Amino acid sequence: MKPIIFLLLGSAGIFAGEAISGAVEKQPLNISAIIMFLIFVGATLAITYWAAKRTKTAKDFYTAGGGITGFQNGMAIAGDYMSAASFLGISALVYGKGYDGLIYSIGFLVGWPIILFMVAEQLRNLGKYTFADVASYRLRQMPIRTLAAFGSILTVVLYLIAQMVGAGKLIQLLFGLDYEIAVVLVGVLMILYVTFGGMLATTWVQIIKAFLLLSGATFMAIAVMAHYNFNFESLFATAVQMKDVSIMAPGKLVSDPISALSLGIALMFGTAGLPHILMRFFTVSDAKEARKSVFYATGFIGYFYILTFIIGFGAIVMVFQNPQYLDLAKQAVDGGYPILGGDNMAAIHLSHAVGGDFFLGFISAVAFATILAVVSGLTLAGASAISHDLYASVIKKGKTDGLMEMKVSKIATVILGIVAIFLGIIFEDQNIAFMVGLAFAIAASANFPILFLSMYWSKLTTRGALFGGSLGLLTAAVLVVLGPTVWVDVMGNAQAIFPYKYPALFSVSAAFIGIWFFSITDSSDEAAKEREAFEAQYIRAQTGIGAEGATEH
Amino acid sequence: MKQDMVDRLKNDPDFLKLVRVRSRFAWTLTIVMLVIYFGFVLTIAFDPSILGTPLCDGLVTTVGIPVGIAVIISAFLLTGIYVRRANGEFDELTHRIKMKAKGEV
Repeated sequence: MKPIIFLLLGSAGIFAGEAISGAVEKQPLNISAIIMFLIFVGATLAITYWAAKRTKTAKDFYTAGGGITGFQNGMAIAGDYMSAASFLGISALVYGKGYDGLIYSIGFLVGWPIILFMVAEQLRNLGKYTFADVASYRLRQMPIRTLAAFGSILTVVLYLIAQMVGAGKLIQLLFGLDYEIAVVLVGVLMILYVTFGGMLATTWVQIIKAFLLLSGATFMAIAVMAHYNFNFESLFATAVQMKDVSIMAPGKLVSDPISALSLGIALMFGTAGLPHILMRFFTVSDAKEARKSVFYATGFIGYFYILTFIIGFGAIVMVFQNPQYLDLAKQAVDGGYPILGGDNMAAIHLSHAVGGDFFLGFISAVAFATILAVVSGLTLAGASAISHDLYASVIKKGKTDGLMEMKVSKIATVILGIVAIFLGIIFEDQNIAFMVGLAFAIAASANFPILFLSMYWSKLTTRGALFGGSLGLLTAAVLVVLGPTVWVDVMGNAQAIFPYKYPALFSVSAAFIGIWFFSITDSSDEAAKEREAFEAQYIRAQTGIGAEGATEH
Repeated sequence: MKQDMVDRLKNDPDFLKLVRVRSRFAWTLTIVMLVIYFGFVLTIAFDPSILGTPLCDGLVTTVGIPVGIAVIISAFLLTGIYVRRANGEFDELTHRIKMKAKGEV
């Protein structure tokens, strides 16, 4: 078997955990996994059929009718966050580097409390379908919607490419299907879920998958701990014997203070600027349920990260050095203890070690289900930006009915699905590790500052939001290209022009300063009106007065 | 929302109280979370050996393990603390403000 290069543990940086990339070898057909996957697909298509009958209006399509409970939404949000790449990637990072894997996952978690304290309920009180509703609430619709939609679509497409390429590789590995077939299959199923079932189907597919993933991961963690009488010290002691003591301490993941700050800002504010996550806050009925969503989501995600930490260590003691999972051909060339399929397969091999062929099939099917659920949520968010922001608000200037808007959204879904399939195939052999990082950087630098200041800063004007937001977006994109992940790793130059992997500290600052400067120097009549409109918006954001009327269309 | 209602509500004592108390509470919790997280990563950035020290002699479990788990749990607890107060005290205030607004429509 050829060596498998997963960039996760290479120089590509922290976000690579979200992107499975590099060459993989097709595996023999995995029959039990395929049967379990077919059961999942059958069940989700039945849900889609059920949801399709209940998806009649634009509100149903975008927000599942607004009747999702806080608990369900928390599960769905957690599902959006627990992608296959993060399940396999984080456990692989723990498997490879030990403690660094924990540092990595903590960064992804701590954005959630901030979202709750600062944006969740205000978002629910002000918005209807997309976060652009909130950002453009008292500003000029055309420019702000266009910028917000552009930021959303860019974030979604970058994220989607990373997920599609990861999906193709993973399915090749797990099920033995061809890469192209795998990508087309994911694309087609996703189009079916979203066009017919809208947000209702997307949410339930996400909830079921989150439940399956959490159950499977819980079983694995318990099975591992049972071997050690639920004593962490003996688990760690065995792991240290297998590897060495460095896995118990921070390694090279966070090296200097600037990177540490910049990474933290990207993860926190990026999470608060991801359109497919923000959109979920419109599926609940009110601010109370929006709050509960975040509480449950934080709990599920935190629990999941603790599980992946145990699973990573479990893989060290049960998979590493286990001759059953050893890639002998690779070992003959490179030495060491390479496992079949590369480090990202650590959790998959562990599922076999603790539960045999049947459980391996289950976890493989769950991993596939996870990809489907995540790409569906992304596509729906992208399609909403196109139909609700660009078509209905910018092109038709609000003069369109919900049915037409929904039709455009479905067409946009099909187009996005086809684009995702094509990009997935084009990027098969490209280094895509930077894409999720770039998506987070753009979400943190363009989407979040506009959203945040529109809710809290009365002096914000259209000009400020437009110039500052664009500045943040451009700074993020340029610094990622000039930084080590693209300039050196992708383009092959010797030395990066911008020395840091994570641009957020600089690009988020640029956005905030830009928005501030171009707002306070804006003395137009429009700007004065926009500042005056803040009071009414603020009262609605804080209390929800007026929000009910706006959502009952 | 009509301008006269805006003018009434913005000076409403309940509204002012809600905004003042909740903002202070939300910012306090935000700062707590930021201090915990950035304290954690900056400790690692400046001196990784602190978290790499064994809990006590003879153990392989390092200080970093309980600290890391504590950061995860603190995130969950902070959201719980906020939701508890917001769904009780703040929602009651909001409800009162809404009732007043309705009466005046």
